[in-house]
Amino acid sequence: MASFKPTKVQFLPKLGEKVTEDTLYWKNYKSPVQIKEFGAVTKIDFSPLAPHNYAVTASTRIHVYGLHSQEPIRSFTRFRDTAYGGSFRGDGKLLVAGSEEGLIRLFDISGRVALRQFTGHSKAVHVTSFLSDGFRVVSGSDDLTFRVWDVPSAVELSSITEHTDYIRALAPSKLNPDLFVTGSYDHTVKVFDMRSGSSVMTMQHGHPVECVLLYPSEALLVSTGGRYVKIWDLLKGGQELVSLKNHHKTVTCACLSSVGNKLLTGSLDRHVKVYNSSYKVVHNFDCDASILSMAVAPDDEVVAVGMTNGVLSVRHRKHKKDKETLTSRRRRGPSYRVFVKGKNFVPRQDDFLVSKPVKQYLRKYDKQLKSFEVSKALDTALQTWTRTSKPEVTVAVIIELNRRGTLKNALAGRNEESLTKILNFLLKHIFDPRFSRPLLTVGDIVLDLYRQVLHQSPVVERQLQRLMEVLGREAELQQELLQVLGILDTLFASLTPRKEVLWEEHCPMSLNNHCVSVSSVSADVCRI
Amino acid sequence: YFILCQSRLIYVCFYLFVYLFSVLGFVLCASGDLVKVYSTRTEEWLHSLQGHTNQVTGITLNPANHLQVYSCSVDGTVKLWDFIDGILIKTFVIGCPLFAIYVSEKHEGVLFLHVSMCFQLVSVHLPKSAEQEVEAKEMSAVSSHISKNPSCTAFGRGVRVHFFFFYFSLKATDKKGAKNAFTCIACHPTDDCIATGHEDGKIRLWRNFIHKKEYTYSTQHWHHNAVNTLCFTPEGTHLLSGGIESVLVQWQYGADNRKEFLPRLGGSILHISASSDGQLFCTSHSDNKITVIESSFKVCGVIQGLVKGDAVLTDLMIDPRSKALVLNGKPGHLQFYSLLRDKHLYNLDIVQQEYIYEAGLDQFEVVKAAFDIKGSWLATVEERGKKSSDLEFFLKLWAFDERTQSFVLNTTITAAHTDRIISMCFSSSEETTMLVTAAEDSQFKAWCQGADDQNFWSCDFVGSYHKLNPTNCSFSADSSLLAVSFQEVITIWSPDTWEMLTTLCQPPGVIRDLCFGRLSCSKYLLGTTTKNLLCCWNLLTCELEWSTSVDVSKLQPDPFSENVAAFSYQSKHTDLFVFKPSEPRPLFTNKNVCSEKVHRAVFVPREEPLNSCDESTQWLNRSQLYFLTQNMDLLTFSTATEEDRMLSSSKQLVIDDSVAVTPFYLLLGKHRQQQQKLNTQSHPVADKPQQPQGSVTIKELLHTPAHVLPAASVLCSMFVNSFLISNTGVQQDPLRYFVHINIFLFKVKTLVNFPKLMKYELLYL
Repeated sequence: MASFKPTKVQFLPKLGEKVTEDTLYWKNYKSPVQIKEFGAVTKIDFSPLAPHNYAVTASTRIHVYGLHSQEPIRSFTRFRDTAYGGSFRGDGKLLVAGSEEGLIRLFDISGRVALRQFTGHSKAVHVTSFLSDGFRVVSGSDDLTFRVWDVPSAVELSSITEHTDYIRALAPSKLNPDLFVTGSYDHTVKVFDMRSGSSVMTMQHGHPVECVLLYPSEALLVSTGGRYVKIWDLLKGGQELVSLKNHHKTVTCACLSSVGNKLLTGSLDRHVKVYNSSYKVVHNFDCDASILSMAVAPDDEVVAVGMTNGVLSVRHRKHKKDKETLTSRRRRGPSYRVFVKGKNFVPRQDDFLVSKPVKQYLRKYDKQLKSFEVSKALDTALQTWTRTSKPEVTVAVIIELNRRGTLKNALAGRNEESLTKILNFLLKHIFDPRFSRPLLTVGDIVLDLYRQVLHQSPVVERQLQRLMEVLGREAELQQELLQVLGILDTLFASLTPRKEVLWEEHCPMSLNNHCVSVSSVSADVCRI
Repeated sequence: YFILCQSRLIYVCFYLFVYLFSVLGFVLCASGDLVKVYSTRTEEWLHSLQGHTNQVTGITLNPANHLQVYSCSVDGTVKLWDFIDGILIKTFVIGCPLFAIYVSEKHEGVLFLHVSMCFQLVSVHLPKSAEQEVEAKEMSAVSSHISKNPSCTAFGRGVRVHFFFFYFSLKATDKKGAKNAFTCIACHPTDDCIATGHEDGKIRLWRNFIHKKEYTYSTQHWHHNAVNTLCFTPEGTHLLSGGIESVLVQWQYGADNRKEFLPRLGGSILHISASSDGQLFCTSHSDNKITVIESSFKVCGVIQGLVKGDAVLTDLMIDPRSKALVLNGKPGHLQFYSLLRDKHLYNLDIVQQEYIYEAGLDQFEVVKAAFDIKGSWLATVEERGKKSSDLEFFLKLWAFDERTQSFVLNTTITAAHTDRIISMCFSSSEETTMLVTAAEDSQFKAWCQGADDQNFWSCDFVGSYHKLNPTNCSFSADSSLLAVSFQEVITIWSPDTWEMLTTLCQPPGVIRDLCFGRLSCSKYLLGTTTKNLLCCWNLLTCELEWSTSVDVSKLQPDPFSENVAAFSYQSKHTDLFVFKPSEPRPLFTNKNVCSEKVHRAVFVPREEPLNSCDESTQWLNRSQLYFLTQNMDLLTFSTATEEDRMLSSSKQLVIDDSVAVTPFYLLLGKHRQQQQKLNTQSHPVADKPQQPQGSVTIKELLHTPAHVLPAASVLCSMFVNSFLISNTGVQQDPLRYFVHINIFLFKVKTLVNFPKLMKYELLYL
């Protein structure tokens, strides 16, 4: 004796998104915390030392935030004009920042007043950074020069003018204290060696360079500019490895995650994209405004994004611990022990075993279908929650009733209220390609059954009016689609026959059928 | 053409009609011209009672001896059997077709038979003759014009000696349109109560008809369709009823509103029987199945034959792994049937929906199925909707799961085509599995498994030819070519590049069947058309090699040889031709194989190849041909040697004239026979020691599984007798000791298996 087979609910797969480990990893962030700054956030830099505070450069201030604080721990406000490019030294004790007026200031992280001021640039300094020995600062400016400064003596060591436009990107090498990479609006990326005092490598990006980034191995270089992100292989003499075009506006910033060195890029199109190691986009963060700066904390604990509207959005990573505390608070009912009671009892050899049959748990509509209560089953399937959040269940029950030949019985004898429910469901889903076929039969039956009494209820009549409108629109659309199909047919007829066959793979298959059935129902509606 | 060999046909299909049930744990069922004996404990087939020459229509216990049964058949004989040993005791020749048999405890030596002449019930006095075949002439009519349906007659076992005949009358249809026609009847074993079942599903209980002539009746209604069978339990506490819904209903006698149900038993219930001790019930179903049910209303055993569905829509197929025959079984299922062991293996649920019986309901049916060459993939098409406007169908792909040893659903494709799928085949190469479906929407599609990480199937290619409807598709033996026939044109495609290589055409007539030659004939492509043409193309030259005018209804290539079998239907009989595509002369022809059209056929590989040198049977060496006629008979060809082997296993008892037929007689008779045998043997070889013969018997007894041994009382005497050294022999001490040990062992064995019989056995010892 077989048991009752429950109604099968068809789940059609969603197209496009594939769930991989990467997507799961990057989805595992809490909803962002929004911190309002005074102006556009141009630079975010994480301290390499343990508490991993981060410096946020916005307007005329640099704020230092703790990893979990929403109020700044410390702020440096002694700028007369907009500050740019606040970045930490390798030991996290010093901070350097450029400014609109061309001054470069050096701060002690615990102090308030600037320790050193480097003067020499004639125009705004957008990028500053320590070289990896920690005793020199390099800065790039709009006066087309970049200069190297000695920290102890506060003197300029060298000044090189090789770029022909503003310098807006800088990345010092962490392995060699004499190497750094610059990017400029003259579309070039240059690698400089302080020992030779000039560039040793030049790469053509093709667009104004907004950001450069070195991989920890320093064999790969990332440059962003325009809508492009380009990866260069430095060991092959600056050969272009990949060119990515995933954003539809200028890519302003890029950074690397510390787990697995995944590349993240932020753009003016308000998206942060995460790439896997073969440079396919695996995840996408959406933001409210155009993104100017971005940084990822060590261990990927925090992703901080700065935007043009002065909002700093900080995403924290979810941890299992958080979840556990949440669930433990929510838990109710008897403890686990109650359920396993006697489950692990091992019978002795001479015990007589009486096996208890496994109880089959059925959904409510399945129970009703089992006892042939078709109207009730349809009512259950049309309950508000099921109807709105799981329409496929409702449709599955309708299909099952149709298969049993009892759909007409289930739809008959309804009052205005339940009929409105059904009509609402039809209105919402009748053109969902997954559901249209069974729902069109439902519509047909409803019209046949209630033809005489429909006019007595103004509510139902209004809904029918709407249904007719929707059907008319759909029929028009189908007609247009068929016209397009016809045009395409003539186009492809002129191509080789083999191409034609290939194209047919992608053509919508059920278009014709669908259109015919739609028009039959709309004819019905018109009749009424 | 000449008939070359005298191959005999074997019917594999069997249908259960009536069965009966005994205390000893046996189920008897009439199946074709056999009565099969099954064990209720193990659900195994023990043996069959062979002897009738036509359909067996009824079985009943001999009231005088509960180890014997009577069976009646359409061939006009009643046979008395010892069903435990499977021995025919007596044959009574009646002379006209019999449709049912009844006995009454009160009338010894009288059988009540249901004969064909205007549906008469006659009583027959059995002559007490010692001959084995007796003609029973003493007939007297009891009642005439009774229903053809055997379940419409029942005998009361009441207190009265005399029979009363009552005529209940109800109009066949009353004013309200209720269908009142009787369908079955059952008598209460002790009360004066008769239950009748009706066509509209009502059950009426008639009472008070013995004392007064004014009977009363009460009506119960649960079944929504005709009640097929009714049965009272031996104590009369419950009434069992069953119908088309395949729900067994147990009504409590006296409190009629209390009932229990046992739903979803299988096909519609045809017959219910209760054992005489009331411990077990069993039901027989229309889909060739017996269900054994405990008195606590739980199913405890299922005996399943080849499931007989309404129609076989799929091709006959062979599962490459289990070598089982696969075809439609229960509605929405595929059945796997082992032909070697003649046993139903399992049902694979394809549709996975609750089956609801209702007349005229359009159900999902499996219409196409195909295995890939290794048996690791199964593709099925299920379809619903006779009219094309509301046609629904699904293409499903099943992967073989090594762990559970069955097929698991892998992919369901809801809209594979826009119209009905006509033909489907897997590519036969080992490396890549590819499925090709051809449908009425004038397209054929190739499906293959997605790249590395996706294990589901997706469409790979769509092809069409001048918007013509395809009719068939087939892969060549090495999968390098795909042939798809579009009406009159055959197109040849290369599956690697999906380029159309060539077209072949031989008008007139639409291509019906298509197959490539195998092995050395793989360069040939065979096709049959609706205009009675069988064509053979040579693919190397792309020219027609030969063609002949035969109306071929089925073309079946043998995968293990070059042979191709063609069934042709001409003037109301089917002929079979077996030929090689390369040779103009057929290897084997058999005119008039059967009178119906043959649409399904399959070559089943043999476990061990025969090495027959006879030219006419050589084609049966590697594989066996099974085919299915329109009447749903599964037939096969077998060679003469196989036939002999099968016949040698049957046996018949020769009865001595002087002794009456009793169980004791049977035992003694056997004993005597053996003694006679011993006597005759011992004269020429008197000095030969008896040990070898004895040890063979012991071996036979001890090595046979206990559950298939006959009743202990029968065996015991034979067993002991075989060891009692006859007076001519010389006594040997070691042998005697051995006998003692074995007798003790046997006792223990019987104690375990047949505790009830221990008493008799000990008495005898």
